[in-house]
Amino acid sequence: MERNERLILVASGTLMGVFLILLVYSGLGLSVVVPTCVTDVAPFTGGKVEQKGIGQYDVYLVSRMWFFDPGEIRVPPGSDINLYLSSLDVTHGIYIEGTNVNLMAVPGSVNFARVRLEREGVYRIFCHEYCGLGHQNMAGKIVVAREASAVSDANLAPAGR
Amino acid sequence: MQGTNFTVDRTHRWAALVLVVVATTLLVLGIYHGLLQVLYRAGWIRAASFLGLDYYQGLTLHGVVNAIVYTTFFEVAFGYVVITHFLRVPLDARVTSLAVGLMLVGTVMAAVPILLGQASVLYTFYPPLKASPWFYLGASLLVIGSWIPFFQWIAAYLRWRRLHPDRDTPLAVVGMLATFTVWLIATIPLAVEVLVLLLPWSLGWTASVDVVLARTLFWFFGHPLVYFWLLPAYVMYYVMVPPLVGGKLFSDKAARLAFLLFIVFSAPVGLHHQYADPGVSSSYKWLHGIFTFCVAIPSFITAFTVAASLEHGARQNGGQGLFGWWAKLPYLDEQRYLFAYAFPGLVLFLFGGITGIVNASVTMNNVVHNTAWVPGHFHTTLGGPVFLAFLGLSLWMLTELGGKPLRLPRWNVVVPYLWAAGVILFSIGLSVAGILGEPRRTNLALSYSNPESPLFQRHWELWTQLGAVGGVLMTAAMVIYFAVFFSTLLAPAQQVAELRFPTAEPLRHESLGATRNFTPWVVVAIIFLIIAYAPPLVEVLGGNTVPSPPYHPFSPVPLTK
Repeated sequence: MERNERLILVASGTLMGVFLILLVYSGLGLSVVVPTCVTDVAPFTGGKVEQKGIGQYDVYLVSRMWFFDPGEIRVPPGSDINLYLSSLDVTHGIYIEGTNVNLMAVPGSVNFARVRLEREGVYRIFCHEYCGLGHQNMAGKIVVAREASAVSDANLAPAGR
Repeated sequence: MQGTNFTVDRTHRWAALVLVVVATTLLVLGIYHGLLQVLYRAGWIRAASFLGLDYYQGLTLHGVVNAIVYTTFFEVAFGYVVITHFLRVPLDARVTSLAVGLMLVGTVMAAVPILLGQASVLYTFYPPLKASPWFYLGASLLVIGSWIPFFQWIAAYLRWRRLHPDRDTPLAVVGMLATFTVWLIATIPLAVEVLVLLLPWSLGWTASVDVVLARTLFWFFGHPLVYFWLLPAYVMYYVMVPPLVGGKLFSDKAARLAFLLFIVFSAPVGLHHQYADPGVSSSYKWLHGIFTFCVAIPSFITAFTVAASLEHGARQNGGQGLFGWWAKLPYLDEQRYLFAYAFPGLVLFLFGGITGIVNASVTMNNVVHNTAWVPGHFHTTLGGPVFLAFLGLSLWMLTELGGKPLRLPRWNVVVPYLWAAGVILFSIGLSVAGILGEPRRTNLALSYSNPESPLFQRHWELWTQLGAVGGVLMTAAMVIYFAVFFSTLLAPAQQVAELRFPTAEPLRHESLGATRNFTPWVVVAIIFLIIAYAPPLVEVLGGNTVPSPPYHPFSPVPLTK
């Protein structure tokens, strides 16, 4: 093999090594959470929002053909949300705009992510996996607003952009 | 063109021609539904269906025809040509006919339920959405039909090695055998998914299917699949392109190393399609992410070696200076049109490779998973170097094997550049929209790109429209291509069918060492596969998941017998 060939081999190997180090840093240093598994048991079969403490919420988000339960989640700004995602029928998926939350809702299993929402406003949740006839209309939202302010959605700016 | 003349025997000439002509005819359907996708998404068609086929049915056709049928048909045809031309070992005509017959029957069997709306499950199958059993059976026959040629070629290769113990295997043969080794590894888990899980479940023999297991098996297939698509394009780049530009292959050994590294690293990477999935531990996802970074390296080698070969050829033709030699390449040469079908693909692949590394990065994938970014990515890989190489080589097989003079040669060399321009606009549109959150596989016309819908997303609009403009340009390129292909097909045959296969000479002859044999690389591949897949499969089979009954895409009520 020619000298430049060997050089490009070493250079590309080094480049991927640098990417790998940066990747590990993003995971450990920046604490970006990669989806992991939990077993499929109650309470993951019905949608609900539970307050666990001040600014601490457990959200059980259930996806079904073709809506999310609950369709709207309300929390105050700066809340930490433990999000448990499950599906009661076919495979769905969610992306919460403006966040790093991107999860598959696979029937028979529960997905998990933790997210902190600082800014007031509406964060749309889009179903991003083909789930049949009504897929394109399947969307939910998280409304981040102070409890006292009885604002309607129309007054709230999109927060996830 | 340089190269040796050899008339491929009648059976294999016909087999290759039938496969290429049928594949290109079906491609009309695949391209039409590609155009419809962008028109729906941009709201130019604001409906659930158009001319009797609905959006998701068209999306299924687009994926199945373009990504499975067209590619597999083309590659079996090209493989027969490479093996018979370079090894000159006779193959059994009856076995070849059986293989081609199975592929044709399987394709019809799968196409009918899709057209009848009984298999709108996309090419990724997506259980617990259920398709007609004929769809699964047809897909299986197509795959099994494509295994048969590989076994013929292995036997021919072993025989050739015995007859020529001191010769190095021709590079094109190494490339096609590597391609089908990757295909065989990939399609075994697919066969398990379809024959053990989906077909009995679709027939009602089993009540439920483990969706996490099905997804894991599918993506065990789904990523090596992309190297099955890519490697024949690399055969064209390494073997056919250097003589077209008047040069030699910069390093024969690097090319062989690249093909062999794909055997090793193409399969233990499938979980990178499941980074966002539950049911699989994140430590296994990280492991597959690292393997995915490894599989980038043979593509880096290819980028260097092919570019160096182009530079060498251009300098032979008087190219000067650091960049001046770029002017000496035959970009629009009507005789050497295969170069036009290679070059824009190489440029597109720069974008495809880098966006692919983004997808492979476990954490960054959170931003792009299942968004429009992903089709933006793979239209610069599958829709870039792979598709352009297949288009050019299909035309080449038609003229060389059919003895047909190329019609519309001036239009022909414009096709790849117009296509690439379209792909660039399309991919920029989809990639940016994807980062903004736009989902893939979604009929946006009815909601997110509809100003009258409460779900309307104004900030996606510009990028979705740009994607549509790119899609229209891509379609225009394909209209020209079909005109070239079918007018050439209908032209009367002129010369005796003979094969002029441009074949690169290596710049220097060197000892091949470990790249001379397949065995050590296949053994390492199997070891890596076990390391990468045994733990997650044990986990998935460990009963952490609840199996699902079947569903029809139109109803939230499960189907029960």
